[in-house]
This record gives sequence, structure tokens and C-alpha cells, in this order.
Amino acid sequence: MPTKVENWKDELYGNEIREHLMEFAEEGWDAIPEDEHDAWFERFKWWGLYHQRKGQESYFMMRIGTPNGVLEPGQLRVVAEIADEYARGPVDNPEFGGAYCDWTTRQSIQLHWIKLEDIPAIFEKLEANDLSTQQACGDSWRNIVGCPVAGKDKHEHIDAWPVAEELHETFKGNDDYSNLPRKWKVAVTGCDQGCGQGDINDLAYEPATKEIDGEEQLGFNIRVGGGLSRKEPRFSRSIDVWVPPEKAADVGAGMSALFREYGDRDDRFNARIKFLVDEWGTEKMRDVLQEEFVDFELQTAGENMRESYTYNAGGEEHGDHVGVHEQPDGNYYVGLDVLVGRMGVDDVYELADLADDYGSGEVRLTQRQNIIVTDVDSDRVDEFLEEPLLDTYSPDPHPFMRGSIACTGTEFCSLSIVETKNRQVRYARWLKDNVDLPEGVEDFHIHLSGCTASCAQPQIADVSLRGMKTRKDGEPVEALDIGLGGGLGEDPHFADWVEMRVPADEVPGYIENLLATFEDERSEGQTFREFIAERDEEQLQDLAEAEETSYEDPFMHNTKMTWYPYADEDDMGDSPAPTDGEGKPLAPADD
Amino acid sequence: MTTDVHQLDDGAWISVNDERRINVSDLWLLARHDVCDCELADFLVEGFAEVGVDHPDVQARIAGRCITCGTEGVTGWITVGRVIDPETGEFWPVETTSVHIPDRRRRLARPK
Repeated sequence: MPTKVENWKDELYGNEIREHLMEFAEEGWDAIPEDEHDAWFERFKWWGLYHQRKGQESYFMMRIGTPNGVLEPGQLRVVAEIADEYARGPVDNPEFGGAYCDWTTRQSIQLHWIKLEDIPAIFEKLEANDLSTQQACGDSWRNIVGCPVAGKDKHEHIDAWPVAEELHETFKGNDDYSNLPRKWKVAVTGCDQGCGQGDINDLAYEPATKEIDGEEQLGFNIRVGGGLSRKEPRFSRSIDVWVPPEKAADVGAGMSALFREYGDRDDRFNARIKFLVDEWGTEKMRDVLQEEFVDFELQTAGENMRESYTYNAGGEEHGDHVGVHEQPDGNYYVGLDVLVGRMGVDDVYELADLADDYGSGEVRLTQRQNIIVTDVDSDRVDEFLEEPLLDTYSPDPHPFMRGSIACTGTEFCSLSIVETKNRQVRYARWLKDNVDLPEGVEDFHIHLSGCTASCAQPQIADVSLRGMKTRKDGEPVEALDIGLGGGLGEDPHFADWVEMRVPADEVPGYIENLLATFEDERSEGQTFREFIAERDEEQLQDLAEAEETSYEDPFMHNTKMTWYPYADEDDMGDSPAPTDGEGKPLAPADD
Repeated sequence: MTTDVHQLDDGAWISVNDERRINVSDLWLLARHDVCDCELADFLVEGFAEVGVDHPDVQARIAGRCITCGTEGVTGWITVGRVIDPETGEFWPVETTSVHIPDRRRRLARPK
């Protein structure tokens, strides 16, 4: 039997949601019938709006999908202006202030505290500047991800940017693919380093060569069924198909139509295509695609480039895109570290100015929550590096700063078990100040995800942290499960979960002890990932003990029970929500 | 009025009459349960796998983990609240810090 969500989608979904959304926005929050809240909030996701968690009713997270993370000249300023004017909540965040932008692990942008009444003005401004929230959430083609420097990368074999653009233009707003059983995440990679992260996407295009009529051609191998959520991580699997770039959209149409027709609409927990690949196997997946969903003969897979994948592969070659790198045209791109992907709005304005001044005005978002300023004139790189803003968003950051990723967490998200972003900021600073990394370790990835949805991609980090609870002195406290040794590359590996339910204030001590053991016991030149891989479960558990240190954690209490974890009066009953378009409470707070 | 009950956002919460009433992330004490061998499981609620109504109770099968022994699992049906006034749909959630017994009636009906 189809789920309730499917029934709501059957009634109304896709493009036509917009008209209703605009009507509600004109009339105000109260115009949404109370007995239709859940149905409408589910539908609003398709237009990039996610109702914030309990205690924050009437406020939305807004996601702007920027394909391949590309923000064209001028767009970053527009995002800053929208955040500044519309993304301010009742209480400031103590680290990031009253308005801020989040760069996500899928190269999108998230703003919080958006009021329904402001949506028409925001959409008008976004669309006047070729930006959109369409399909940023919900059950359809999501933001296309890829190598963030596609078209500007010396390691590139195919410029993946036009392919990503074509997919974006073909499948955004396309009624034939607007109502899928679940989200549909796509990665396009054109370089030989693997930085598109195709292994963790539903559909992946990976560079490959194929001999056609005696000539070697460049195109893509197709992989299907990757994803990290729900304690059921899967790497995408090859379905033995190669496509030339001009057929990429046709295969994308076929695969997503296959998912539309055969994906599980009776059980949302089983709906992602990774489960269909599990059930069918890759051979059947290919056969059904060929027989029912494409009208040309599929080529068998070509010669891939996976053996040269260095991105997040555990070595020191290419952990991210931070730093100064020459483009093929002689200009430079400068990757800046944004700790946990969040920038205060004043800094976003300033960066937009710097991008205009030193580069083309374009910036790009990475899957490590960082931002890249492209097209910097070679003569002005040194001058750019002297800019004071780069003291905060460094192109040469400490490994603990550059390696930190965190999801949204209980600050706004219904799913999360624990506070994440501000905690990870504190972790990174404490580790930087107190822990020496073993010699030669330049990249060390610590990803903190508040729950099993895995938005911070914890399973592909050196140290994976996932939200949990435990008791300390009898009291419930926020805790984290700790996994070790995950990463991508030629032989991707999900982290092994080693220490469970570690109180959050003891995690930095664990990492300190872990790294001391690594330094003492590693063989010469051995990477952390190799060090973990050669140990069995028992040895891994003996690597380090969790312990309290000088690190202090102000979020040990159940932050989910608060209406906002950083409010002075944080009880659920103190929430001003729901509010009207001016932010004034619509109903008196509970006694 | 009819009572509308469902779980949303990957089972992150239970909605009763379009209002978010029960959330993930709390610890629930479970007795006479099948999750693990602990007499009293200290169970972290990570998701609501199924929801249903056994009038007037709203029930759920809950996915999570006992934080005492570490066992993961999905509980039997647990009452998570009750519609105390079917006319208005007024709903009272259970006190999450009390002790909960999955599938209680069937078990109590069975002699020890």
C-alpha cells in the first residue's frame, strides 16, 4: 500500500506546489489549514523548503541548489543579501551571529529562519539572478554534484561542467521526473582524482575511455546505488555501461525513469535505489534499463580511471580543494577553508567583493563544505592571500580545521540526536591548540553527523562521529559513536565503528589518545587509513580510551528538548514560534 | 473527528493530527521487551519504524539502541500516547521517562 507521503504526492506535487505556496505566503502562516500541515510541509520540500524542528514552527530552512557548486559572478552577493534580510531568527547563534550561510556537503546553500511570508520576495530575487530552490529537497532530481573545479582543473579528462549543466537543465522542473519514490542524487566526475564522490550517489558518471570504431573516446562509466543513510551505507555499483557525454542525459533519464517505475513506494525506508540494486543485482539493472528505458544500444563499460583516484583516498595527495592551484588557463583557484561550512553574512559579503576584485566573481562550493575563489589573476595571487578575511578562511589551514565537517544538527533539524556545528567548531579549535598531529599528516578528516541520515558523510572520514546518547553520572547526555578509517579512492572503505556512545565531552580526549597511539605504533610513512585497515576489531578497540580533558562542552544536555539550544531561555515553552511575517508570536507561549 | 497519525522525515517524529508530538533522541526505559537481554533497556529512540492506532492509544514500533548493552533493534508496539477526546482530537503523549512495556496487553494476558 502506498505511504501517506505517496498519497499526498499523488494529489499534488512538483511544479504546481508553487502556486499554493505563494498563496499561503500572501495570506500568512495561519492560511495553511491545520489539518494539512504535514502534507504541505512534505510538498514544500520540492521547492527547497524544509520546516524546522519542533519549537521552531513557522520557520523554514531554505536550500538553494547550485549545480556542481558553481555560483556565477554576482550570485554570492545575492545569497548574502537574502541571508542578511530574511534569514534572521529570534536568537543569534553564539559562533556565527544573527545571519549566516551554510555550504553543504552536496554543494548547495542552506539558510535558516526563513518565514513563509518572505518566500515570494526571496524567490523573485533568486530567480532574477538565475538561482533557484527548485528540487533542492524532496523526491526528485537533487542538486547535481561533481568536481568543484570542473572546467578549471589540470587533472580533468572531460569538462564535467557542461554535462552537469545539461542534467540540471533537463531534469529541473521536468514533470516526467518530478515525482520519484525518493530523493535522486547524481554526481558527475570528469577528473582522474575522483572528487565528484560518485561512490556515494544514486547515479554516478565517472570518467572512462572506450574504443569505438577503432578510436578511443572519452565518456563516462555508469554506477548506481550509492548512499550513506540509515546505517545501510552502499557504494555505487557499476552496471557495465559507458556513455559518451552527449548521451549522458539520455541515460540519466532512463535510470531515473526506471527508479520512478520500480522503486518502492510502499516503504520509504526501502525506497532509495540502493535497495533496488541490492534486490535486482547490477545485471538485471542493466537489462531493464536497456529493454525498457533507453532507445539505443548501451555500450559496455569502458576503461575507468579509478586507480588514480587520490581524492580522500587516505594519502596526502588530494584531501580537498583547499589551497592555491593553477588553472589550465594560467589563472589560479584558491580554495578557502570554511570551518563546518558556515560563514557569517558579513564575511560572505566581503568574500563576494574579493571574488569580484581578484577573480571573475565566480565562486564554487565543495563537497567538503568549503568555498573556492576561481580565476584569480596569477599576478595578484600573493596580494589576495594577504587579505585579512583569509586569516579566518584560510587557504592553508591547520589540518584539524580543514578536516572538519558537520551537519545541521539539533539547532534546526528534526532528525538529529545531538548538537553538531558549534560542537565541531569547539572540537577543531581544542584539537588545534592541544594535539600534535603525527609527522607528515596534512589531512585528517573528522566528520560529525547528528544522526544516521549521514548528511556530514561520516562513514568516509578518518574519524567518523555520529549522534548518540548515553548516561553520565546517571544523567542522559549527548554522546557520539566513533568510527575509524573511512575514505574514498580506488578502494573506498566505510569507517569501522569502534567506540560506541562516548560522552561528547570525552571525544577530543579519545582523538588525542588515538593519535598518540598512531604516532607510537605506525610503521614509517604509514597513513592513518592503512594503520586502521591492518587492525582487527579487537585491536581497534584497544587503540585509545575516551577521557575528559580541558575541553568543555556546553551542549551536553538534551539540546533536542530545547526550542533553540543557544537561547538564554531555552525551554520549549519559551519559544516564540509560530510567529507571523514580522516574527511576532501568533500564540501566547505556554505557561 | 478521526485521528490522523503518521511518522515523517525518515521516522524522526510522530505527527498526531498534523502536530509534531513525539520526537527521536529521548531515552525510554523498556521492560519486558525483546530488544536485548537487559531487564530494563535504556533505549535511545532513533526513529519510528511504524505507527498505528489501537483506539484510543497511539502506538509505534521504535528503532534504536539500548545504551546499556549496545544492542540495536526495533521494539514491539509501544503506546506513545492517547487521544483523550476523540471529538477534539486532544492527545496526551506518554511520559517518556516512565517505564514502557512493548506489546503490553498480549504479554500481560499470558501467565508467567
